[in-house]
Amino acid sequence: MLDPTIRRIESTLRNPWVLLSAGAVLLAILLAVLVATFPLYRPVLESQFSFSLLVMAVMLFVILNGTALCILAERKVAAFTQDRFGPNRVGFWGLLQPIADGLKFLLKEDIIPARVDRPLYLLAPTLSLVVSLLGFAIIPWAGYVRWPWLPADAPPLTTQVANLNVGFLYLVAVGAVGVYGVVLAGYASNNKYAFYGGMRAAAQMMSYELPLGLALLVLLLTTGTLRLDEIVRQQAATGTWYVFAHPLAFFLVLVTAFAETNRAPFDLPEAEQELVGGYHTEYSAMKFAMFFLAEYAHMITNSALIVALFFGGWAPLPFVSWYSETSGVIDPTWWNVSWGAMLLKLAIYLTKVALFIGLYMLIRWTIPRFRFDQLLRIAWQGLVPAGIGLLTVTALLAYAGWHRNAAVTLVANVLILLVCLRAAARSRRPVTARQEDLPPIDVAPPITGQHP
Amino acid sequence: MRDEDVLILKEPELTPAERLYLPQILDGMRTTLRHMFNVRRRQSTVCQYPEQRRELTGQMRIANYRGVHRLNKDPDGRIACVACFMCSSACPAHCIHIEAGESPWPDREKYPIRFDIDELRCIYCGMCEEACPVDAIELTPHYELVGCSREEMIFDKEKLLQIYEETKHIKPRKNPPITDYGLTGGQSRDVAQPNVESKL
Repeated sequence: MLDPTIRRIESTLRNPWVLLSAGAVLLAILLAVLVATFPLYRPVLESQFSFSLLVMAVMLFVILNGTALCILAERKVAAFTQDRFGPNRVGFWGLLQPIADGLKFLLKEDIIPARVDRPLYLLAPTLSLVVSLLGFAIIPWAGYVRWPWLPADAPPLTTQVANLNVGFLYLVAVGAVGVYGVVLAGYASNNKYAFYGGMRAAAQMMSYELPLGLALLVLLLTTGTLRLDEIVRQQAATGTWYVFAHPLAFFLVLVTAFAETNRAPFDLPEAEQELVGGYHTEYSAMKFAMFFLAEYAHMITNSALIVALFFGGWAPLPFVSWYSETSGVIDPTWWNVSWGAMLLKLAIYLTKVALFIGLYMLIRWTIPRFRFDQLLRIAWQGLVPAGIGLLTVTALLAYAGWHRNAAVTLVANVLILLVCLRAAARSRRPVTARQEDLPPIDVAPPITGQHP
Repeated sequence: MRDEDVLILKEPELTPAERLYLPQILDGMRTTLRHMFNVRRRQSTVCQYPEQRRELTGQMRIANYRGVHRLNKDPDGRIACVACFMCSSACPAHCIHIEAGESPWPDREKYPIRFDIDELRCIYCGMCEEACPVDAIELTPHYELVGCSREEMIFDKEKLLQIYEETKHIKPRKNPPITDYGLTGGQSRDVAQPNVESKL
């Protein structure tokens, strides 16, 4: 005996035209407000500092909503791969499900177990979320922009929040801090399963930071810069995305990105079949939701990083030059500095990121989780040697002056990949070895004598 | 057990592709993608519950389905239960509560004054149905059972008899195995009509 009013609201929300028109009305109101108040915020747009703040606010909004949509998308992908429909009750095609989820998390009872380490317990989810959002500061979303009302010789503004010289080194550092949240959650929960989850996360992060660093060093040798906007500009100018020059490095970064975000097949810290819930076993309500949001925000950061490093950032197509002049000078053509092109570039960038997130999800629902020894063996016996080999060869190429030649680096990458695969295929113990193929573990003899 | 009874199986060797693992990942992704874009398969697999209902087809399915209980009536419209407590003894969830009283009719000694089933406690195992000597309690194919309070979900005699009235066209009462306690001198009055073919 459901209340007919509720039924009516429900069916109204499930009408796609209602949703579409509501969205259109909201968008129109937003645009009208933006146009009407233009003189008010015009000075904000003109200085780089306040413009960066604006970019930060807008992108924070986009990303937090993006994570909510990601959660819906994940459930949909999971359902589709399993021949189900997924959430399709709230709103048309389940599109309002994130709102329902958010409300549920807000209204749930927020339990703090009695014997947790209270300050650390409260700090952990905050740390996770904050750290995963920090990475967005250096993503070069849409190149440069020069407002049409400014003189033609005015310095163009960058659509990065912070154009750091240390560039992606900062992202790696921030990503590594992300594991603190997980480890702290595991430690502070005073729960064995959570603790196991935290320990696994720590070991995993140790192992996978290394190949990530090696692959990024390869890229540093090739590009000669750490600045993300400069790397994107190089790719847009030459038309050679670095995924074509260094497919192996891309592969290493991709695998480590999976591991760093604790996503399947590397989701051992939150393996619910083994560890109840892993590090977030003891968390409920909004604190649990923050871990969830952090995971997806981390995913978006890593995808954005990969897109910037290997897939040409905002460049629409490979093998075409979208940026014609030398480094440091901004070409005043429409594509490079107009605000319309900026929006277009932002859309292209976000599309690429969304495609990567789709890949993440597809992989998650395809591959089973690795065993822990397999996980470590993949890192130390697979990825690290490949990374070292690639780094050595790239260094030699750079010494010979061929590192900018994409054909040469491509051949070098493929050769190293073939060598690695050959070694893996010939080895008696492949990285995904079965348990009985492994040598017996030396068990320490039991300690004899009296218990103290 | 003899030695030749023991069968030693060896796991197959990993093929080169399986050792490399990467081709296997691509293979798996092909499978997931195939399922993802197979809309027809999805539609035929999933029953979208409130709009689509599962159809219980065939007399066997209807006879065997263990939904909500009912209390049968005999051909005279009297409650068929003789308050023997077999069902409540058999019930593993202890959800049946019976109060017996002296029967006003000559063909049986007792009848239930109260007959309550806690439908929230019930595990729908069907033991009561099997225990009943006169086939008075039966499970129906009706599975949509909701309520707003726990008290509401304790079904009393009237409610259970009403369910019989509502479901007897789907699932008629079985011929009870015991129809007479010798009280009427072999002239049983509690013989239901033979089952007629009925459709859901």
